Amino acid sequence: MLALGFLGLALAAGFLPVLWMGASEGLARFDPYIIRVLSFTLLQAGLSTILSIALGLPVARALARRQAFPGRALVVRLLNLPLALPSIVVIIGIIEVYGAKGWLGGVFSIYGLQGILLAHVFFNFPLAARLILSDLERVPAESWKLSAQLGFGPLEIFRLVEWPQIRSSLPGVALLIFLLCASSFAIVLTLGGGPRATTLEVAIFQSLRSDFDPQRASMLAFVQLALCASLALLAQRWGGLAQGWPPLRTHARRFDGRSLSACVGDVSLITAGLLLLLPPLAALVAAGVLQLHGSMLLVRAIGTSLALGASSAALAFLIVWPLASLAARSRTWARIAGLAVLASWIVPPAALATGWFVTLISYAGMGGLAAFLVVAMNALMSLPFVHQALGPALAQSAAAHDRLCISLGLSGWNRFRLIDVPVLKRAIGLALVMALILSLGDLTAISLFGTQDFVTLPALIYRQMGSYRFEEAIGTALILGLMVLAFTSLAERWSAKA
Amino acid sequence: MIRLENVAFRYEDMSMLFDAAFPAGSLTAVIGPSGGGKSTLLNLIAGFETPLSGRVRIADVDVTDLPPDQRPVSMIFQDNNAFAHLDLWKNVALGISPALRLSEVQRARVDVALDEVGLKALAHRKPGEISGGERQRVAVARALVRDKPVLLLDEPFAALGPALRRDMLDLVTAMQKAKGLTVIMVSHQPEDAGYAASHTAYLEAGRIVALRPTSELLAATDIPGLATYLGDWRSPPR
Repeated sequence: MLALGFLGLALAAGFLPVLWMGASEGLARFDPYIIRVLSFTLLQAGLSTILSIALGLPVARALARRQAFPGRALVVRLLNLPLALPSIVVIIGIIEVYGAKGWLGGVFSIYGLQGILLAHVFFNFPLAARLILSDLERVPAESWKLSAQLGFGPLEIFRLVEWPQIRSSLPGVALLIFLLCASSFAIVLTLGGGPRATTLEVAIFQSLRSDFDPQRASMLAFVQLALCASLALLAQRWGGLAQGWPPLRTHARRFDGRSLSACVGDVSLITAGLLLLLPPLAALVAAGVLQLHGSMLLVRAIGTSLALGASSAALAFLIVWPLASLAARSRTWARIAGLAVLASWIVPPAALATGWFVTLISYAGMGGLAAFLVVAMNALMSLPFVHQALGPALAQSAAAHDRLCISLGLSGWNRFRLIDVPVLKRAIGLALVMALILSLGDLTAISLFGTQDFVTLPALIYRQMGSYRFEEAIGTALILGLMVLAFTSLAERWSAKA
Repeated sequence: MIRLENVAFRYEDMSMLFDAAFPAGSLTAVIGPSGGGKSTLLNLIAGFETPLSGRVRIADVDVTDLPPDQRPVSMIFQDNNAFAHLDLWKNVALGISPALRLSEVQRARVDVALDEVGLKALAHRKPGEISGGERQRVAVARALVRDKPVLLLDEPFAALGPALRRDMLDLVTAMQKAKGLTVIMVSHQPEDAGYAASHTAYLEAGRIVALRPTSELLAATDIPGLATYLGDWRSPPR
């Protein structure tokens, strides 16, 4: 109850002022600026989605057809990498390759729309490829045998086997990518390069932190909330949201694509994908290794990041555990928990922050609350993932142990200590680590609430970038990237066994 | 005649060696414990698997190196025999043209085949809108229009009840007799063999242990493993 109360309060404090101010002042203040920001948000998200799928689909097809080549498993794992890394880390890699002083320096400017698109495609074409690939791998073995026996060529295979399989899930994939791009913060903040290329999420941040204009922030937040909520609800309907790591399945054998031209085509597609994917990561490692200087600031940022991450993981756990326990045993609670998780998924972080900002300014002021607000916001952002890790495992354990526990009189703390923790330790670990990873990479909450001497690793990277100490930023980004990867491989191991 | 000459194959840690001749123009059942290589045997004949060594001959033609679509073979699987997004008519028509470009005569052949398996009225339904038994009939109709001399059945009726299974066996037997097909049918049900197959092969641990006229094989006492596999089951009088 307490958990739900907290969740309700946090969401209400975020939602209500935004809705209230948005509704009361909205029509009066719906100025050309907001229209311009909204159209740019939609434009860049739409283009990013189209480009990501246009590249991800052929790469997925090529990977699905080439079922066994040395390094295939590695390539598939690489596709998971960009989304697992904090966006600020990847941005550093992208600047190191495409920036004015980068490996390919001067080919084009990476600030403005083209930079945003480049970064979004870098993040999302692997996601599209990964999701479409796992879809293609669900084609039943008999369909491939039938295609071989009936003598289908590549065209018929695409028309009769691959496309029908992809078609049903493609809108979900596209919506998910659109949603990610419409609410992306770090990329637009760092690569947008000015007021002409700003999105709702970043405009909210600027209204709150540089212009001190809560009214305009509320209006922007209102628009952002409406946009993200409708997209997320639409995407939820297509069932493409909050995916974990899709497990590697055993493949149904394919018999097509044996011709030389098919081989050459597939290999060049996969190579093209790798050529987009690898250089920024390689640049990050190559340049970062030379820039690993210890400093007090860095050590403090690492400490702050870990402390905030651990706290928000613990908070997310304290919210989800009781909810999921109730949901495992009652249909009504399952529905309430589902709604609560959906709500925390829908709310764009900056919109939520605006509400908190407005509420707190009118009652208390911000001083001293920064750490708490960052932890609370990160915990809320990780709820869908924590719930996905814990929910099914808890339901399974409840079904298996409830009757025995009741007959033995095991309940409360004793049940938690003696039964739930030992049985569910992998799922609990996975949930905590996923919340920790999300919090470690967060730039939104810390930008909105951070102060001069309250700095996490992503905030430190952003600050170093801004103060012409890009070299130091590379080193910091490498450290953050390695930390997150270490936790991710832990999570992957647990998710395979959970 | 389908002849497997010392066909060696390896699946995970099981090695198989098939050496047998399946009589032409008749229906041979293949029975035996699961995991023994029954499906692999069909996959080798259809060309979905390539043997490590040995030759596969169909009607004296060496097909070992031919891709599946160039072998004179149709195959019916246990499920997923039809593409879910195409109606039954198109699913059958794929047996004639993968591009679905059919002449008038060919269109008529599809209609006739659907009629023969009793699906004429359902021709424009999708596979998801018909019963499991009807879905298997789609595969039979497609085999009819493909008109290949060899028909392979991989436990095709395992999911059907006894009465439906008997109907389907009747359908396949009638088709086999009318066209003089060579049919190999993998089955888990010895009574299917007893009901429809003139010959039966017993396959265990990657070897064809025996291939004899059905009544002889089912009554045999000299085949190692067979009694254990059949248990109390005895061949009903034919």
